[in-house]
Amino acid sequence: MAVRTRRYSARDMTVLVIGLGVAVIVNLGLIWAPTLASIGLSGTDWNGIGPIEWVGGQNYHDLSAEYPPFWSAVRNNLLWLGFLGLVATPFGLFCAVLLDRRLRLSRVYQSALYMPVVLSLAVVGFIAQLVYSSDYGVLNAVTGLTVDWLGDSSVNIWVVMVAAAWRHVGYVMIIYLAGLKAVDPALKEAAAIDGANERQSFFRVVFPTLRPVNVIVLVITVIEALRAFDIVYAINKGRNGLELLSVLVTENIVGEASRIGFGSAIAVILLAISLGFIVTYLSQLFREER
Amino acid sequence: MTLTAPASAPPSQARRPPARRPVRPLRVLLHAFLVLVALGWLLPLALALYASLRPYEETGRLGYLSLPEHLTLDYYGQAWSQAELPHYYLNTLIIVVPGVVITLFLASFTAFAIARLRIPGRKVLLIVFTAGNLLPPQVLITPLYTVYTLVPLPGWLSDSQSLYDSYLGLILIHVAFQFGFCVFVMANFMRTIPEEISEAALVDGAGVWKRYWRLTLPLCRPVLAALSTLQFTWMYNDFLWALVLMSSGDKLPVTSALNNLRGQFFTDYNLLAAGSMLVALPTLIVFQLLHKQFVAGLTLGSTKG
Repeated sequence: MAVRTRRYSARDMTVLVIGLGVAVIVNLGLIWAPTLASIGLSGTDWNGIGPIEWVGGQNYHDLSAEYPPFWSAVRNNLLWLGFLGLVATPFGLFCAVLLDRRLRLSRVYQSALYMPVVLSLAVVGFIAQLVYSSDYGVLNAVTGLTVDWLGDSSVNIWVVMVAAAWRHVGYVMIIYLAGLKAVDPALKEAAAIDGANERQSFFRVVFPTLRPVNVIVLVITVIEALRAFDIVYAINKGRNGLELLSVLVTENIVGEASRIGFGSAIAVILLAISLGFIVTYLSQLFREER
Repeated sequence: MTLTAPASAPPSQARRPPARRPVRPLRVLLHAFLVLVALGWLLPLALALYASLRPYEETGRLGYLSLPEHLTLDYYGQAWSQAELPHYYLNTLIIVVPGVVITLFLASFTAFAIARLRIPGRKVLLIVFTAGNLLPPQVLITPLYTVYTLVPLPGWLSDSQSLYDSYLGLILIHVAFQFGFCVFVMANFMRTIPEEISEAALVDGAGVWKRYWRLTLPLCRPVLAALSTLQFTWMYNDFLWALVLMSSGDKLPVTSALNNLRGQFFTDYNLLAAGSMLVALPTLIVFQLLHKQFVAGLTLGSTKG
């Protein structure tokens, strides 16, 4: 409290105003202003050059009724979220639990699992092509199948999600490992003395104390699922079964047909979904802090 | 070796029989499982490396999963010189180095003001900054693209005469986007620094700048190291911003330039594999050298708060 009432000299005020001013301007100007502008533009039919005309909810109607890629993108984003959340994240937690003990070569295992995290998703996309290619790909060579893994629109999203999970597991593993290291060992000892086996002690004692870490992992998983873009773009520009909301937004500005209003409407839907999670996460984070 | 690890306990333990554990089947199973997973995880990368060393004609004939007849580094030379990779590495450096430095500078000062000076409205600021970092880039990319094309820049700053298709534009968006995460992590860290250090300096009459630059920042070295490692990797790996906000092929960062190795009608995947390896190399080196900082950077944001 003493700090708050202390007065700053004129020089101090200048430093503060410049430093914080630049930070706030950069953040608001480049992040939040465009986000708000997306909402505004989503109600127009602007094409980037001509006059801006207000069309109300027309874009949203067209999106849901007359634009088939939209629904496949929604479906794929949900699949992506489900796959990361129900398969990759639990597997990352499982690996973290296995590695959270005195184990020879633990660091080697960790590094191996963690290696893909530092790779660019675009590189992951290219590596995926070597594995899944229909003619010379390793997967077909090993299994003897002749499936066109990336070209067949009924299977390609699944194999691409496996490639995304390859990277996601290590990320989740590292975060859980740090969380597990912070758990008081006395807790586990007490559980063991009370006769709990390893599974019981994990699910009944350790896991509940990991709640803050769980929240963070949940947020990372959701955000990753909504941001997914680079892998599919590197593979086939997100077409033919690999549509994602993020790709559709980008397509509408990078492509020749610059339908800014329409693309913004997709962006707003993405925003609405992510804001739901961001608000939940932040309210939790800042409530605990108090 | 790994499977029998518990049996080869050091002799010091052998002298105390009760402390020495016999080979437990569960441990062996655990190691077997982990070895399998680790190998499975390294396999795709190993495969890319292997493919990059073999001629296209050979893998085309035999498939990627076959014994090599010829091993060659030709593709690396080709990717290096034909695709002009050094040029694109330089582009990446022009973007990433200022990007990381400015982000950390701005974020550390903001975090200092939020955590140590307790400026009014600090909580709202922190929430706004952190939330901004969590947005998917696509929610803001359309207006951003439009604004970038409209903002004029002098020719010496950008030969496109606008923020669009300029290094400055990319640096700015990286700074703005990564800023929130860094503020969040650094503010959490600065709160753990004992207040007394700053208090003592106040008695000596130190101003805001001195307290930030001379007293707080040197204590933040571990966080700065962790964050710069992490930010380097993230900005290096960026693909989207450059794709949307750049148009001249020769100004692209190296990750996006990888697409240039694709032919119009025919793609030599072995060449692409060599290119991918070269592009992945800097981050893999950083990861090997600064493993600790990297992991610390990721977990700093998650274990606190």
